[in-house]
Amino acid sequence: MPVVSHVTCPVCGSFCDDIEVIVKNNVITDVRNACAVGAAKFLDYANHRNAKPLVRKNGELVEASWDEAVRKSAEILIDATYPLLYGWSSTSCEAIRVGLELAEEVGGVIDNTSTICHGPSILSIQDVGIASCTLGQLRHRADLIFYWGCNPWSAHPRHVERYTTFSNGRFQKSTWRAHVSRLGGILSKKRLRRAINLVLGRDVFATPEISRELPYNMFQKKRKMVVVDVRKTHSAEAADYFLQVEPNKDYELLQAFRMLIADEELDVDHVAGVPVETLNEIADVMIGCKLGVIFFGLGLTMTEGKIRNIDAAISLVRDLNQRTKFLIMPMRGHFNVAGANVVFTWQTGYPFAVDFSQGYPQYNPGETSVIDILCREEADAGLVIASDPVAHFPKKAAQNLVKNPLIVIDPQTTPTSLMADVVFPSTFVGIETEGTAYRMDHVPLPLKKIVEPPSNCLSDVEILQRILHEVRRIRSKRK
Amino acid sequence: MTQLIVKNGFVYDPLNRIDGEKMDLAINDGKIVGKVDEKKAKVIDASGMIVMPGGVDIHCHIAGAEVNTGRLLRPEDHFRDVEAKTAITRSGVGYSIPSTFTTGYRYARMGYTTIMNPSMPPLEARHTHEELNDTPMVDKASYPLLGDWWFVLEDLRDGMIKECAAHVAWIMVATKGYAIKIVNPGGLEAWGFGQNVRNIDDTVPRFNITPKEIIRGLCKVNKLLHMPHTIHVHTNNLGKAGNYATALDTMKCVENLASDDKPVIHITHCQFSAYKGSNWRTLRSGAEEIAKYVNHHRHVTLDLGQVVFTDTTTMTADGPFQYGLYQLTGNKWVNHDVETETSSGIVPFRYRRKSYVHATQWSIGLELGLLVEDPWRIYLTTDHPNAAPFITYPRIISWLMSRNARDITMKRINKRARHKSLLPSIEREYSFYEIAIVTRAGQAKSLSLTQKGHLGIGADADIAIYNINPELVDPSRKYKAVRKAFENSAYTIKNGEIVAKDGKIVKSVRGKTFWVNPQLSSPIEVADDMKRRFREYWTVEYENYSIPESFLAASAPISVKAEV
Ligand code: SF4
Ligand SMILES: [Zn+2]
Repeated sequence: MPVVSHVTCPVCGSFCDDIEVIVKNNVITDVRNACAVGAAKFLDYANHRNAKPLVRKNGELVEASWDEAVRKSAEILIDATYPLLYGWSSTSCEAIRVGLELAEEVGGVIDNTSTICHGPSILSIQDVGIASCTLGQLRHRADLIFYWGCNPWSAHPRHVERYTTFSNGRFQKSTWRAHVSRLGGILSKKRLRRAINLVLGRDVFATPEISRELPYNMFQKKRKMVVVDVRKTHSAEAADYFLQVEPNKDYELLQAFRMLIADEELDVDHVAGVPVETLNEIADVMIGCKLGVIFFGLGLTMTEGKIRNIDAAISLVRDLNQRTKFLIMPMRGHFNVAGANVVFTWQTGYPFAVDFSQGYPQYNPGETSVIDILCREEADAGLVIASDPVAHFPKKAAQNLVKNPLIVIDPQTTPTSLMADVVFPSTFVGIETEGTAYRMDHVPLPLKKIVEPPSNCLSDVEILQRILHEVRRIRSKRK
Repeated sequence: MTQLIVKNGFVYDPLNRIDGEKMDLAINDGKIVGKVDEKKAKVIDASGMIVMPGGVDIHCHIAGAEVNTGRLLRPEDHFRDVEAKTAITRSGVGYSIPSTFTTGYRYARMGYTTIMNPSMPPLEARHTHEELNDTPMVDKASYPLLGDWWFVLEDLRDGMIKECAAHVAWIMVATKGYAIKIVNPGGLEAWGFGQNVRNIDDTVPRFNITPKEIIRGLCKVNKLLHMPHTIHVHTNNLGKAGNYATALDTMKCVENLASDDKPVIHITHCQFSAYKGSNWRTLRSGAEEIAKYVNHHRHVTLDLGQVVFTDTTTMTADGPFQYGLYQLTGNKWVNHDVETETSSGIVPFRYRRKSYVHATQWSIGLELGLLVEDPWRIYLTTDHPNAAPFITYPRIISWLMSRNARDITMKRINKRARHKSLLPSIEREYSFYEIAIVTRAGQAKSLSLTQKGHLGIGADADIAIYNINPELVDPSRKYKAVRKAFENSAYTIKNGEIVAKDGKIVKSVRGKTFWVNPQLSSPIEVADDMKRRFREYWTVEYENYSIPESFLAASAPISVKAEV
């Protein structure tokens, strides 16, 4: 049976590239090495496909020819004075490049999903910088790993085993074995259960609680994992140490660590719900480690304080570099959200929220970001690609988005596509179309074509190019 | 294909020993030819103007992970310097780290047509090439960072030069690279745990090898592979007072690897490695010592890394150096370590005239440029954007060509720096012929780009025409006119087509990407050996690491026959 090897997984920011996919008669029948989330994508992607281009007529979405859909889209974009082009984090860099050219051509605003996830992280990096690395650097060297406000166990399931605590590196051995024996095999049972769940297709993450004494042998010479979160997640259960921070108190906790690192004393008993004694211990471990890293997620970027939180986290890491080596990395969600930032930046100088209405790139998040524009009701048309803002945007923004003429490019039917005026059935990049994407640490990898797409679907690149050409053709005719 | 005649210009073509001669150039099908049909060809009247080969830049950071993070880090750098879209050009931003399209246009406007991007982390090479695909107007190439790559460290530690050569050849092809780049050898591996090395005889922690052994080893590898360029070295201790000694040690350590008269090592942005003194307060110029050595040893080439007083962005693969700069300035700081290979860092920086250190750095660059006698072995760069953005080259040209220009700037710099500067004692002023050497001919020669940097028959028709009359203008006195002429070419011709005219882009062209393809006797064996160790070293698969040639928008491989 034909096996396609070294496939990258077009799902999460871990962007694993060791997936093996078994294909029979152009159908994916099995997936190896992927986590449950990744495997589900490869096995179930074909459901709920958009089959044909659709154009809204008399209030109904009806099938249309490609030419008609392209022409309609071009007209929508040309007639708009301030169109929005949004999405981009789940498509290839090649498509993003064309998208930027299109946005420039029509003088619109182009924004990617960072705007609603790690936007504050980017603003914070622009304020103070960031000390980071590629993930392999951590696999080889990190002996202290923080997951702060993120839950890799469910959102980036292979992150821990491929890149951090359970991975095997040149200077750091995996703690996997020790961990397994320590937990009396609970974890391997968990993995087994995950595998069983996968096969049975049930809820994969319904694992039992593990009760453990904390604090946990932090001074042992081995890799340590610390989880900071408002609730005890599955990641927290696998950690050597879990700090349950009170909601919206991350900033206080980070500042407390900064003080402790600077050898100051805290004259309170608790900070953000965590006993100071515990903080002292962890601060010592931070200073004493060879290489530490903080991964942070939406628990830090989207809770109260936002930019201030990230500033504090990055500053903590900067401070720590005076004592040892310490790095920090945002846990990016979509497999190519990092790539969206990267391509935006090399073409325009800015990573998201780019406004071309003056003929050159302008950037002022809060003003040129998609949610703000929608809330101010300034946009008069939209193009959404590989994203579902109707399901994810605040209500008012979503309402204003669908109020205007809307073009959607998506392989699947989504709440957004149902509200659109033109819908393009695209191929799945990374399954049916090749391309390039960037892992969360900005390592670029190829997206593979494993199976042939349905005959009536085109790739994002082709669809965008067609629209771009049509825009130029109509414009030159009108002149 | 268009035929062109460039008529009546004063031609400066040092590789063909043409020094300001009034002559015509014929162009057909993108190449310089002996003759074209005058009736069919388009004629460019270059009378009263200077004609040179298109500019060649041996070292400027224009694309890739580090450059792009620099762009992201500095929105404030872009706000005041924007380029609007035109019917021909894409929009973009500057200033110190321009977006890709803008980078291409700005080089073309200055008459530059070939650009070397000197700092490519192999693991992120795909990124570099994606950006180069979006950098129009110029031909380009990149140097992969190999001085701290584990394969190199291990092979050289174990004395396996041939294996090392095979691995280097493999990575050249895998990353589509052009030359062996070495940055703070050993120091970047040490930086993985926050450490550094102190001199070329220090031991690299955990690897039992010294920087000297790395430099010498890669120098030998470079010869075995018959690479078109020498090893390209950013020295240990860069940016530290007293480091001129390290620079001299670095040049000396490969002295006995040179045979015939050919250079075997290029010390890049030498200004940053030419400091005497023991700290910033006692900093003094080491340019005299370095120039003296270079004047007596033919195995070394240098580029300047000239400082210009402006706001810019420093970015190097030298993680520990960048960290030091962050501590010094308190500015925002980016660090990016790359597994198994290298590191990098970024810190915004403003060079101020009134700062003793910055003014001394400015002086050192020019001292080097003027004290090194042979212009074929020193090239004009700013290590863009480290010492200044590349758009400042015309200003540097005017300093090299005019004592007056230097004096005027001198008057406005830090007083103590002024008193210590060697510049007042230096009479030398570059001629246009020498400028043509340090901005194109010498660089093309050093890179063995045989179609570039000259206007002989068969050369690529990459030509810059500058509106200044060498018979009427004395560059020493009219240095401002010189500067202005070099800021915007009257014409830039790329591959036989007029692409820029009077500072305006009139045609957008793509430009090729050069890379070196060493032909080994047994390439398959290398691949097997790499494959076996691959997963231990990196977090990506062997099959996903190599960049296929089709990934390059316009691939231009250069085959070399290796001795292994
Ligand atoms: S961890 Fe993410 S990238 Fe890796 S297999 Fe799972 S979903 Fe795919
Ligand atoms: Zn450099």
